[in-house]
Amino acid sequence: MSESKTVEAILAEARGAVASSADATEVEALRIKYLGKKGEITAILKTMGSLAPEERKELGQVVNKAKSEVEALIEEKKTQIENASKNSRLAAERIDVTEPGIEIPAGTRHMITQTIDEIVSIFSDIGYSVTEGPEVETVFNNFDALNAAPNHPSRDMTDTFYITDDVLLRTQTSPVQVRTILTNQPPLKVISPGRCFRADTPDATHSPMFHQVEGLLVDEGVTMADLKGTLDLFAKRMFGEDVQTKFRPHFFPFTEPSAEMDMSCFKCGGAGCRVCKGSGWIEILGCGMVHPNVLSVGGIDTDKYTGFAFGMGVERIAMLKHGISDIRLFYENDIRFIEQFY
Amino acid sequence: MLVPISWLKEYVDLDGVDLEKFAEDMILSGSNIETVTTFGQELKKVVVGKLLDVVPHKDSDHLVICTVDVADLGSGEDGKGPIQIVTGADNVKPGQYVPVALHKSKIAGGVTIKRGTLRGEKSEGMLCSAQELGFDDKVVPQSCKDGIWILPDGLTVGEDIVSAIGLDETVIDFEITPNRPDCLSIIGMAREAAAVYGKKVKYPETLDADDANVDYHDGKIAANYIRVEIGKPELCNRYIARVAEDVKIEESPFWMQKRLMFSGMRPISNIVDITNYVMLETGHPIHAFDIRQVEGSVIRVDTAKEGDKFTTLDDTERTLFDDTLLINDDARGIAIAGVMGGQNSEIESDTTSILIEAASFNQDSIRRTSKKLGIRSEASARYEKGVPAELSSVASGRVCQLLRELDAANVIAGSADNYPVVSKPVSVEVRVSRVNSVLGTELTEGEMVDILNRLEMAVEKASEGVLIVKPGYFRLDIKEEIDVIEEVGRIFGYNNLKTSIHKDNIAASLSKSWRIRNLTRGILTGAGISEIQTYSFVSPEGVAKIGAGGCEEMTDFVKLINPLGEENSVMRTTLLPGILESLARNNSMSNENVSLFEIGNTFHSKGASELPREELVLALGAYGRDADFFRVKGILQRLFEGLGLAAGIDFVPESENPTFHPGRCAKVFIAGGDGEETTFLGVFGEIHPDVTESYDISERVVAASFIFDRLSELADLDRGFSELPKYPAVLRDISLVTPEEATVAEVSAVIRKAGGNILEEVSLFDVYRGEQVAESQKSLSFSLKFRDAEKTLVDEEVLGKMDKILAALGESFGAVQR
Repeated sequence: MSESKTVEAILAEARGAVASSADATEVEALRIKYLGKKGEITAILKTMGSLAPEERKELGQVVNKAKSEVEALIEEKKTQIENASKNSRLAAERIDVTEPGIEIPAGTRHMITQTIDEIVSIFSDIGYSVTEGPEVETVFNNFDALNAAPNHPSRDMTDTFYITDDVLLRTQTSPVQVRTILTNQPPLKVISPGRCFRADTPDATHSPMFHQVEGLLVDEGVTMADLKGTLDLFAKRMFGEDVQTKFRPHFFPFTEPSAEMDMSCFKCGGAGCRVCKGSGWIEILGCGMVHPNVLSVGGIDTDKYTGFAFGMGVERIAMLKHGISDIRLFYENDIRFIEQFY
Repeated sequence: MLVPISWLKEYVDLDGVDLEKFAEDMILSGSNIETVTTFGQELKKVVVGKLLDVVPHKDSDHLVICTVDVADLGSGEDGKGPIQIVTGADNVKPGQYVPVALHKSKIAGGVTIKRGTLRGEKSEGMLCSAQELGFDDKVVPQSCKDGIWILPDGLTVGEDIVSAIGLDETVIDFEITPNRPDCLSIIGMAREAAAVYGKKVKYPETLDADDANVDYHDGKIAANYIRVEIGKPELCNRYIARVAEDVKIEESPFWMQKRLMFSGMRPISNIVDITNYVMLETGHPIHAFDIRQVEGSVIRVDTAKEGDKFTTLDDTERTLFDDTLLINDDARGIAIAGVMGGQNSEIESDTTSILIEAASFNQDSIRRTSKKLGIRSEASARYEKGVPAELSSVASGRVCQLLRELDAANVIAGSADNYPVVSKPVSVEVRVSRVNSVLGTELTEGEMVDILNRLEMAVEKASEGVLIVKPGYFRLDIKEEIDVIEEVGRIFGYNNLKTSIHKDNIAASLSKSWRIRNLTRGILTGAGISEIQTYSFVSPEGVAKIGAGGCEEMTDFVKLINPLGEENSVMRTTLLPGILESLARNNSMSNENVSLFEIGNTFHSKGASELPREELVLALGAYGRDADFFRVKGILQRLFEGLGLAAGIDFVPESENPTFHPGRCAKVFIAGGDGEETTFLGVFGEIHPDVTESYDISERVVAASFIFDRLSELADLDRGFSELPKYPAVLRDISLVTPEEATVAEVSAVIRKAGGNILEEVSLFDVYRGEQVAESQKSLSFSLKFRDAEKTLVDEEVLGKMDKILAALGESFGAVQR
């Protein structure tokens, strides 16, 4: 029975040793000390061959139980130590989440591009195709074909940039209408964004270069009611479903009847504010039924077909929508301005 | 067009119409409004005063001390009674009525007036000029332009100035579109108001040439005084001269002065004021000559001789052109027709007989003359938009009526009326159905007729559904059916039209160029580059500034005839100067790490007879953190991948481009299809230090310029699918020592060739120069990926290839494995 006492003693010692071990190396040393090939518990098992079967059985149970316990203790201790070391590693790895993120360089589309894209997508959704034309145009396409009187003041050198007597920098995107009418037969349904030029000295509200979006629909049975409906839809998509529109008679040589569309102020809802200069309304675009003389330029049968056209200033719309105070900011290209519209 | 409401109401009954509603109704019928101004609103405690005494100030040679009766309203320290006011104005005399701003009063501009002391003399307030009551400098009567506004006699002393002289006038500034010259008049606006409200215009009285009430002064008729000859009927199709004698030049009555002032004109004297008044009222410019100065009793309307000198009544000598229409007498020019009178025949204080001119001049001729001579007058502004000949007799009759009413002169009977080309009344055929099909309305014929009648258009029925519309002579803009349709529409009200969307089956399309531009913007902004927009017109210096002054392709400028300045005088041939200027501006603002791109047109002249070639270009540039050659190259490679162009792209070293660093620049080409040549796409690299210096940029700049039209034309957005490989790849790294001259492209090409079919990928992962490697040598490390599509590779195959690759590298470059 002396051996079983020894087992007890080993077990007690092992319990204490495992409990007080501090790291993985110590635990491994204890495993080897008790359970290794030459370990103390293993050694007792090895001696059992010389015992009587009765004794062997009894002692075997005691030793195996002790072995299992020590194994379990060591396993438990190992896990404990691993967890502790993992936890301390995680604790050491703690970061200050309030430090700034790594800057991922991001570019911004120019405000003008963004505004044109927004306008184009609204019209493209309802079937208008993008058509573009040259920035340097003929006097014919820019004025004559658009029914502008030969003495119309906008033709003056004080208003229009000329390259030759017959060639100019287009003052509007309307010549794309003419190109469309000259080369296609109805139905025509196009939208034409682009650069335009007028001989204005730059100031907060004038720029010698600016952008317009022009639209044209020519088909059978197009009425002024359709013009109103289309542009009202545009205003609501662009500025919000709540905006109201109204149409004021106006004059453009290439449309008749002509109108300007005002929109209830999207900022104050019509009560009057800085954006609408207190009136509750904002002038947003010019439009009208295409003048028969213009359709005739392309040989379109004006008894069969009618159409409407409209044009809007991109800078103006961008300035209104984003509260931009000075048109020159668009062309100064200060990154601090551009990046505001990311 | 400034319209004082009280004047307008004289011709159209607007009783019961609220001003705000009136403004809205006018706007919605086509008379847009710029501003609505009500005078007198700011004024507080400004009253009528009468000057009792005016004495010089002892201690000042420009101040005077006035004793002013303000009907005991003063709160002077001496109690009630007349108050003392010191003024610097020199047009005050005892007995005059003047506006007085009392202690603690408010004048125009919100200025508060308080009592004070001037050089030892107390002043209980201020005598006011017209400017101080809210009038613009340019409308203040000649007589009191630089002093106190002297009011008419007989006012009630102490009465509030606003009610006393009727300052509480509302003036609406209407925006008149160029097609409506008839609206440049009070009567024209009255017609518009009458049409809106269904009223009749009350036309003012005229004294016609054949009116029995006109004087036969000593049996004389106008024809005895004057004869009118028109040398150029195409430039003047009517000239009426009326004559008045016994002229008394004096100030016009206060009511007329006020109307002129509210309408933006300066009162001068009765005769001039009447002509201006009639111009504002009828829209027809009138000129009055001193008949003493009209030599030979003849008016000849003809063009001037090129280079003739003529002094206009603003004391300026003008040099005339051979197309300047001139009013001449027997000996000389006396007025530039429709633009400005001559100094030699203007009305003077001793004028006794006058000739009143009401003429219809060719609008283009007046416009040309006004432009060439640089004179823009109220008269020319109206003539260049068109003044109907029928109006000449009305307007001249109105002048005569006022001369008589104001007792300014005796009007002589008859007129010299030369009307060589009588205007034909217009009549327009209008289809009722067409009106409805354009407007989208269901108006009846009767409703249309009613609207047209309200606009003073006579309507007859031609046949079923067809109307003959005859506009009044004053409506020069109504010529065809569509003009009438617009009239019906605007009076019916655009906001009363239905709202609908045209039904069609048209599908939208976006051009390839448009889509590729959008894609490119997405890729570049995603890589941290922001988009800019720069002017299409630039300075020709820009090309020289980037060192490309000798480059023919960049100097085939499209030039503007009339640029704003040299810096905007040619259309750009390259976008790089714009990029560099924008970088420079940002650099000067101390903005760090800036990367910019622009997609825009360049312009290349094809001679005067053809429109220029417009080519879309993509340019980009960066300084700061991201201005690294290989970083930008990486972005470009990503762009080419995005456009489906990566496979054929070739970067070729370029050392000749003057804009770029000779050792850090590449031309970019794309391989053509079968048997086709490679296509040049663009150039990129580090900007030459001379160029960055010329833009004053303190940092290195990496930039690129690509012909965007080519990129978008070649772009291939179709993505085919490749089966994923079934067999594993074998990776091998290889480090080589090669001479400096061997480029990575060349070395890679040799590796690829020697590696054959099973070499799937060659990628450079390190370049080393330094101690471990001899001078003028470098070490390149590549990662090679081998794979056989049909089977798993065995080591021997890969080893064999590696040996072959090393042998080939040794042979080509003397490269050895490190």
